[in-house]
Amino acid sequence: MCLGIPGRVIEIRDDAGLPMGKVDFGGVRKDACLAYIPEVQIGDYVIIHVGFAISRVDEEEALKTLEILATMGDMVRAELATMGPGMDEPAVVSDDGTPVEGAFAVSPGAAPTSGPAPGAPA
Amino acid sequence: MKYLDEYRDPVLAKKLIAEIHRVTTRPWTLMEVCGGQTHTIVKQGIDEALPEGVRMIHGPGCPVCVTPLEQVDKALAIAARPDVIFTSYGDMLRVPGSSTDLLALKARGADVRIVYSPLDALKIAIANPDRQIVFFAVGFETTAPANAMAVAEAARRGIDNFSVLVSHVLVPPAMTALLDSPNNRVQAFLAAGHVCAVMGWTEYEPIAAKYRVPIVVTGFEPLDLLEGILMAIRQLEDGRAEVENQYVRAVKREGVPLAQRQIFEVFEVGERKWRGVGAIPESGYRLREAYARFDAELKFDVGEIRTNEHPSCIAGAILTGEKLPLDCTAYGTLCTPQKPLGAPMVSSEGTCAAFFSAGRGLGGARSPLPVVPFPQVAPSSAGGAKAPR
Repeated sequence: MCLGIPGRVIEIRDDAGLPMGKVDFGGVRKDACLAYIPEVQIGDYVIIHVGFAISRVDEEEALKTLEILATMGDMVRAELATMGPGMDEPAVVSDDGTPVEGAFAVSPGAAPTSGPAPGAPA
Repeated sequence: MKYLDEYRDPVLAKKLIAEIHRVTTRPWTLMEVCGGQTHTIVKQGIDEALPEGVRMIHGPGCPVCVTPLEQVDKALAIAARPDVIFTSYGDMLRVPGSSTDLLALKARGADVRIVYSPLDALKIAIANPDRQIVFFAVGFETTAPANAMAVAEAARRGIDNFSVLVSHVLVPPAMTALLDSPNNRVQAFLAAGHVCAVMGWTEYEPIAAKYRVPIVVTGFEPLDLLEGILMAIRQLEDGRAEVENQYVRAVKREGVPLAQRQIFEVFEVGERKWRGVGAIPESGYRLREAYARFDAELKFDVGEIRTNEHPSCIAGAILTGEKLPLDCTAYGTLCTPQKPLGAPMVSSEGTCAAFFSAGRGLGGARSPLPVVPFPQVAPSSAGGAKAPR
């Protein structure tokens, strides 16, 4: 119930005085109340929670986060060269796709499946 | 789906895990507040990929789990009335009351309906003017704007056969209750991203300052959680105790003012009981006097409620992070998602259900954790050296 998911606003209308809209979640379309985000426009991404838009996704920030994460690997390597180890050896250090120990290891030969999305509501 | 898949990239996840290992020099104990975060952490095995000594305690942020037994029993009493159509978020239907649950009641003929949004309950009320429609208004600050809007719309449109059974809880008082406990071990919090999307994070600033505890507003995808954990550990290692925002793409410091205004138009803050935890002052919402005619507790006399928790269930200790599901004798034997004894086994946001669906502690040997690898999606734009936040 506490899981909000991002979707794209594809229609905005007035429903007896209440701003409502249609939101597309990767092909699944649902009605949502847009009353709390009046600045929202068609094409914007919003986070929908129990049928209400509770946030407009900031596209610029979303990309920035990903850029920071993408550059982090090089920084890690550079830092590792100059600094001592942490309290234990990193469980996962491979950036080149070789199988690693730990939770994010992908067993060799296992085709990546796009199973049920973690965190997505049923 | 855009804004989901990008935040599940396994290559970036490995980088973040390596960085967490690099910056960690001491053992730390962190709590993720929200049950949605617990679900991702346990399912993806994020807690088991952290450096030795870094512990994730799973917090009380599962609305289904903390709804007090009295309110569930009241819901059952109201739903059993022949003149009532009882509507609820789907998660609440299998929550055990003292003697039964809403789903069993429905099977015995009660008119219990699942709605996705409280506005759907209003539509049912409009379509059935000769019936009483009751909505079970549970949840944290995330569902409050929706539930408040349903009540305000009922008032505006004069829909008098609609009422709500309120059981609304708030995150910050639960955090301070945990921090005030002599048993507290939590040194940093990942705050619930969507609660903060609505409310902003100003109310967390005094908590961080008073208790010297880092609080990182964090999203729900694996990369969000890993970055939130990294930011919290960096603060701990530096001796800082600030409120930081990992979930920048969705959360602003002031939250959503229109939603807050609607919440406080309809609700006021008051004491609430938390299932398994007890009463916490100023920890929930109740309807304001002006909306009393929409209060199902006033509309229907449910008589005396005598609650009765299952004696084997340790839900309270699970919710406060004192114990893990694996410490419970009923876990996976007497208590399963198909036949839950306590609320944390019901909702996918409950710690027990999260452990169960990840196969933890079941059938002797621990199951291999990364059952479902992340979908492979290249980040939409790489490069552009920016300093990490």
